[in-house]
Amino acid sequence: MSWALRTEGLGKAFTLHLQGGTRIPVLHGVELAVAPGECVALAGPSGAGKSTLMRCLYGNYGAGEGRILLRHHGAETDLATADPRLVREVRRDTLGYVSQFLRVIPRVPTIDIVAEPLMERGMPRGEARARAAALLARLNLPARLHGLPPATFSGGEQQRVNLARGFAPHYPILLLDEPTASLDAGNRAVVIGLIEEAKRAGTAIIGIFHDAEVRDCVADRLFEVTPMQAAA
Amino acid sequence: MSPPLLEARGLSLRYGAVPALDDVALSIWPGEVVAIVGESGSGKTTLLRVLSGLLRPEAGTVLYRAPAGATHAVHDMGEAALRRLQRTDWGFVHQNPRDGLRLGISAGGNIGERLMATGARHYGTIRGAATEWLKRVEIDPARIDGLPRTFSGGMQQRLQIARTLVTHPRLVFMDEPTGGLDVSVQARLLDLIRALVADLGLSVLLVTHDIAAARLLAHRMLVMRQGRVVEEGLTDRVLDDPQHEYTQLLVASVLAA
Amino acid sequence: MSAVPAARPAEDAAAEGGEDRSDGSAGRLAGYNLGYLDENTKRMIRRTLLKAVAIPGHQVPFGSREMPLPYGWGTGGIQVTAAVIGPEDRLKVIDQGADDTTNAVSIRRFFARVAGVATTERTREASIIQTRHRIPETPLREGQIIVYQVPMPEPLFRLEPRVAETRRMHALADYGLMHVKLYEDIARHGQVAISYNYPVMVNGRYLMAPSPIPSFDNPKMDRMPALQLFGAGREKRIYAVPPYTAVKSLDFEDHPFQPVRAPAACALCGSQESYLDEVVTDDRGGRIFVCSDTDYCHTRQAAQPREAAE
Repeated sequence: MSWALRTEGLGKAFTLHLQGGTRIPVLHGVELAVAPGECVALAGPSGAGKSTLMRCLYGNYGAGEGRILLRHHGAETDLATADPRLVREVRRDTLGYVSQFLRVIPRVPTIDIVAEPLMERGMPRGEARARAAALLARLNLPARLHGLPPATFSGGEQQRVNLARGFAPHYPILLLDEPTASLDAGNRAVVIGLIEEAKRAGTAIIGIFHDAEVRDCVADRLFEVTPMQAAA
Repeated sequence: MSPPLLEARGLSLRYGAVPALDDVALSIWPGEVVAIVGESGSGKTTLLRVLSGLLRPEAGTVLYRAPAGATHAVHDMGEAALRRLQRTDWGFVHQNPRDGLRLGISAGGNIGERLMATGARHYGTIRGAATEWLKRVEIDPARIDGLPRTFSGGMQQRLQIARTLVTHPRLVFMDEPTGGLDVSVQARLLDLIRALVADLGLSVLLVTHDIAAARLLAHRMLVMRQGRVVEEGLTDRVLDDPQHEYTQLLVASVLAA
Repeated sequence: MSAVPAARPAEDAAAEGGEDRSDGSAGRLAGYNLGYLDENTKRMIRRTLLKAVAIPGHQVPFGSREMPLPYGWGTGGIQVTAAVIGPEDRLKVIDQGADDTTNAVSIRRFFARVAGVATTERTREASIIQTRHRIPETPLREGQIIVYQVPMPEPLFRLEPRVAETRRMHALADYGLMHVKLYEDIARHGQVAISYNYPVMVNGRYLMAPSPIPSFDNPKMDRMPALQLFGAGREKRIYAVPPYTAVKSLDFEDHPFQPVRAPAACALCGSQESYLDEVVTDDRGGRIFVCSDTDYCHTRQAAQPREAAE
């Protein structure tokens, strides 16, 4: 079967040196595969390791064991062992991540935050800003806010900035961590529309959706994450 | 991928019995911002001085790849060639602007010095470049003839950055560029550095103990302790999933980095 | 050398007090080596001079001796003159262009007595000209030597306080800082505000202080047929510019070097070309401009019809 992202025996444990070297195993033997155009929702109780898995898939947490394979520039790349510069390149061209919270960069206007990943790929500034503005408008963020840094925005507004930044570059693989948590019904519908469009365009999506309505709407299947699942 | 711009291997240096650098290796690629973090005395400033040729290591090599493709061993290249490198291809931003500026010379003269040192002999052109760079670092161009000693600390630091970047260096060494500044001033400076680095495609080696600054600016990070690199990798991975005991302590000591 | 003194205006001979003697050995003081310095010291200075000539504009250290006059009165220039002077030479000494000031008279008399050489006030006749703060208006020719008295040989000393650093800057031809100073002048005053000791590049390599001559004299140094020697006694440095060496005053393309001269004619000889001194003539602020080069002015006056000069 064709896949965009696949894990093999992925495991993750944390060693807390400041607490006497306590070792906390979180993931073990995770076998996940997502095809292009497919949306997989991570499911499982709180604390099962859904967010940890997402962060491992993005390379934000180092994989303790196993492989994270993804198709990058047409080749099979193991993110678990990739050199930091390769991880950066993968994140630039292949792998997007919408986290729950926007990490605010002081003084940078909203529109530039959204346009930045496009420009990193070499898109001219004007074109990148135009696409950013269109996406922000679609997410109901009024144009008068585009020139302001989002530091003072509400939680919902910041989340929409984050979504625009994640959806603008059309990554082949997109990770969504509770993308609709602080959104109203109208904006949830916009996000559902964005996800549907991305899927039609062939994007492989992995998401954590606490909102059952959204999940039922976009997810093709569930992937159950249970504490130490494969150990069973 | 392209070869690294600067590549150091096996760097060792002792101050008396104290190891300042203990078998340190580091590479930086074009367009990359690499932060070197660690507490005072961890050897990070020493490392920066060795990498930039200001200090000679007892062991190890630092190779620099020039634009034409030739590779130079930084500590074997001779003082004249090294100076030429330091005032053209490289830049150095000091923690204390007094070390990087001439306080008795106007802002315009400070920015123009590197241009004149590399042969610029047209007053109008030099002045135009100085005006342009004052704008870029958000200093009112009307202050072009003002003396840096009449500037605030944040302005002095921005002037130092303008003075360093005016010759479009490829590699800039920064030693605690935001140290000693108010938090609000720091944020502005960090953002300015961030924008300039991206616009000019600079490679930056940034020494700092400010974890938040490192997260904002750096693509990659090295954590130093007692002269050794104890952990290195992608900035967000080192900070969010620290492996070494010392890195965990460092991250835990910072509020909301 | 001719034993007959050249014909000269009467007032000059009077001022000189008959000191202008040409039969050197007869007038030399007993008990002193020729030129005051001992032969080993002269040899040391000559070796320094050879090195200085070989590296135009480069400051060469030398073992400066105590001389029978204080620092600041030309001890460096005197030692250089003493090392190159011979019984056949004819010496001219000027101070601010004038042959008749205390310093010039003293040094001339000194060499007349310890070297027994002939002296002159005529630029054309002199084989060695020791000078403080001027270059004669009459162009120097091949075979002549001009010796400058130098208070501070380091052109960068006001800009870079560390001596070791200035040496490194010279070694690496790292002279951006000197241009920064010129830049500052133009930014503040609209022009380079250096009227004397205006820095020059020698032979395209070394930055050099031309001693405190007016910048008006700088162009005379460029490709000068005479040998130019510079002595700094207190700072213990000697440097040189060989004949026909390029000497360029620093400037910017859009602010070219411009020698400055008072916009007036000499009140005595009417010269429009020479460098002028401003002389206060009374207590009510009256002033005139006269040539700073007294020999030049006298020669011009003598050449004019008597009624015109009176």
